[in-house]
Amino acid sequence: MEAFSLLLHGFSVLLTWKTLVLMMVGLLLGVFVGVLPGLGGPNGVAILLPLTFTMDPTSAIVMLSCIYWGSLFGGAITSILFNIPGEAWSVATTFDGYPMAQQGKAAEALTAAFTSSFIGSLFAVMLITFLAPSIASFALKFGPPEFFAVYLLTFCSFVGLGREDKHKTIISMVLGLLLAGVGMDTVSGSLRMTFGFEDLLRGISFLVAVIGLFGISEILLTMEERLALRGHAARISLRVVWNVWKELPRYWATLLRSSMIGTWLGVTPGGAIAASFMGYNLAKRFSNDKESFGKGRIEGVFAPETAAHASGTAALLPMLALGIPGSGTAAILLGGLMVWGLNPGPLLFVEHKDFVWGLIASMYLGNVVGLFIVLSTVPIFAAILRVPFAAIAPMIVVSCAIGAYAIQNAMFDLWLMVLFGVVGYVFKKVGIPLAPFALALVLGNRAEDAFRLSMIGGQGDLGVFWSNGLVGTITTLAIVLLFWPLIEKVWTQATRRLSSAKA
Amino acid sequence: MHYIFKACVSASALLLGAVTSASAWEPTKPVELIVAAGPGGASDQMARMMQAAIQKNNLMKQPIVVSLKGGASGAEALMYMKGSDGDAHKVLVAYSLIYMLPLSAKLPFNWRDLTPVSILALDQFALWTNAGQPHKTVKDLVDAAKASSVPLKMGGTGSKREDHILTVFMEKKTGAKFSYLPYKSGGEAATQLVGNHIASNVNNPSENLEVWRAGQVRPLCVFDKERIAYKTKVAGDLSWNDVPTCKEQGLDIQYLMLRAMFLPGKVKPEETAFYADLFKRVSETAEFKDYLERQALKPIFLAGAEMRKFLEEDDALNKALMTEAGFVAK
Repeated sequence: MEAFSLLLHGFSVLLTWKTLVLMMVGLLLGVFVGVLPGLGGPNGVAILLPLTFTMDPTSAIVMLSCIYWGSLFGGAITSILFNIPGEAWSVATTFDGYPMAQQGKAAEALTAAFTSSFIGSLFAVMLITFLAPSIASFALKFGPPEFFAVYLLTFCSFVGLGREDKHKTIISMVLGLLLAGVGMDTVSGSLRMTFGFEDLLRGISFLVAVIGLFGISEILLTMEERLALRGHAARISLRVVWNVWKELPRYWATLLRSSMIGTWLGVTPGGAIAASFMGYNLAKRFSNDKESFGKGRIEGVFAPETAAHASGTAALLPMLALGIPGSGTAAILLGGLMVWGLNPGPLLFVEHKDFVWGLIASMYLGNVVGLFIVLSTVPIFAAILRVPFAAIAPMIVVSCAIGAYAIQNAMFDLWLMVLFGVVGYVFKKVGIPLAPFALALVLGNRAEDAFRLSMIGGQGDLGVFWSNGLVGTITTLAIVLLFWPLIEKVWTQATRRLSSAKA
Repeated sequence: MHYIFKACVSASALLLGAVTSASAWEPTKPVELIVAAGPGGASDQMARMMQAAIQKNNLMKQPIVVSLKGGASGAEALMYMKGSDGDAHKVLVAYSLIYMLPLSAKLPFNWRDLTPVSILALDQFALWTNAGQPHKTVKDLVDAAKASSVPLKMGGTGSKREDHILTVFMEKKTGAKFSYLPYKSGGEAATQLVGNHIASNVNNPSENLEVWRAGQVRPLCVFDKERIAYKTKVAGDLSWNDVPTCKEQGLDIQYLMLRAMFLPGKVKPEETAFYADLFKRVSETAEFKDYLERQALKPIFLAGAEMRKFLEEDDALNKALMTEAGFVAK
């Protein structure tokens, strides 16, 4: 119960008017930067970091982490309303969130997203509170083969559990992997596929691609179809919130599963993205009604959002305990810690108790306060859909452009965004799913590096992927998921034959 | 006569204007500190520390922002600086990358196209092992590497760069074999060492400091001709000064990495002068001194002709090392 008393101490550090005000300001700023696609958490935190230099570390980290929470909440808004993922891990939220908005259930979808984010974060924070040391040491078990196995698992679960045509999923994924290879190859230290263009040096930015693929292409399609967003005026009242909350207990299994996946993957870098996809795919896998996924099912919003936020929260743990950031935003926060003279590492928990427990307490408070703040913005955001398309479309294009430009302050990225908009349009027309492309683009590089480092370390023997229990289990699971449709077929046929033989 | 008078007045006014602006050039918009590495790394930390030191001590009227351009192992930042000729509102936080990347990746970049402002510190490299492993000296590690049937794993940051060079020269000097694993950052190499996924790494002191203090890793030696000067106890009852040099341990390899500030090319002398003065004052702040000691950096302050001379020599040295290691792209 030492953790409990330390947590109470954390709350006492936190509960001053000054910190509470900072918390509110941080959350509002966070929601604001989260809404703009591309601007997102890392940039928002980076821009506001200097504001906190003159504060004491606890107030500063509370404000910054609240910006982080705010942006986590905010990322879902554009995914649901306009099919534009505000953050990498919001991609999976678009699958069912956007159809819901089109059916006039934007308010429900937003409420569902915010609520499940809250649940995911809360779950992860509670685990951090009581199990921090053991989770941190779990993260240490991950070498290159383990990392590769996790990425493989994500890719395989997509192919095996996706509802789309397998061939098209693989085509889309391979194209994504190809583009992920552009730029510097860190293992050999040389440039590849840049064709002498300086703008291609840094590779193809995932966020630029996603803004184009999902956002711009959606605008193109809408324009072609009927010049109207298919959203209907949403009725908004407290009743909507209550109705969504009433649904929650029915989906306890999905929420719990997504929370656990999220927390687990959160402690490994890049995990939030993998977590949101895996949460979604597994929810679909275990659902009795697989067909309704992707057509506006509320569970399809709960699953990825819970997982993404559990991992977004858990991503702070390896940063604090090991000094390795689990996400881009965590990396910026890490920079902040050092400016305030705190060195993240195993001793931070021992030497700076006030700070660590103040931060953990702020995770609880920030999430509770954040939930109420974002819920109160639901009517505003849902009302956007009632604005005529002719007025809203230019605004969306402009905010996409600002977002794409803000990532690297590069004009080149704007052209890239337009190009990806056209690619997305074509993909949608010929029925190639976009999500595997996005997934491969964001994880392709890391998966490749992890694979090649495993090969260097293992002297080129594929056996490294079964060299210990942890990596062996994940790899085997990945392969089972890849061939799941086949296994399922064989299984049902075998049981049918068995039962008919019995009869 | 009248015209001559007028011409004189305008000429002197021009001259006067030039003189005042020369003595008091100041940034007119926010200054961007360009980091050629990922977030949280040593360069990022240095940039954030400078940002904080400048802001807290009011050393400059305009705000200063840190901009991370670590894409393509830092090539992004170098090309960005190259393309910013004449813009005195961009400052690069440079390190040995400026010599090596053009050689290994055939990047069309030459540091001589930029304007050197000052060198603020030199960073050390050390050889580290996991504290749970039996290797207590360089000899232990080398013997273990020779006895092992598969090469021991050495972790480092990036490929064909400082860490990789040190590994190659360790192989050359000792005859032991290592397989080098290029990670994305020193922080990652540190964690991987703690998790026993690699046998050793050649991290900068700052990158391994926290895990050393926690008793998870052990420094075997420092790649410098003299020991690190700081005698404050850091990890248990050990100080940086207690770590032997690699030469003392029979491994004669020395390497120091510069930490310097550059402006883009074609900036005016008064602009360079402003920053040289600014960084001089930064180097005198308590924040900076504290930072040097905390990261076990070697203090040095060079500007102007001295700095150019240092850079030329350092460039030649790095080029020789890269060539000998076989890392220069054909």
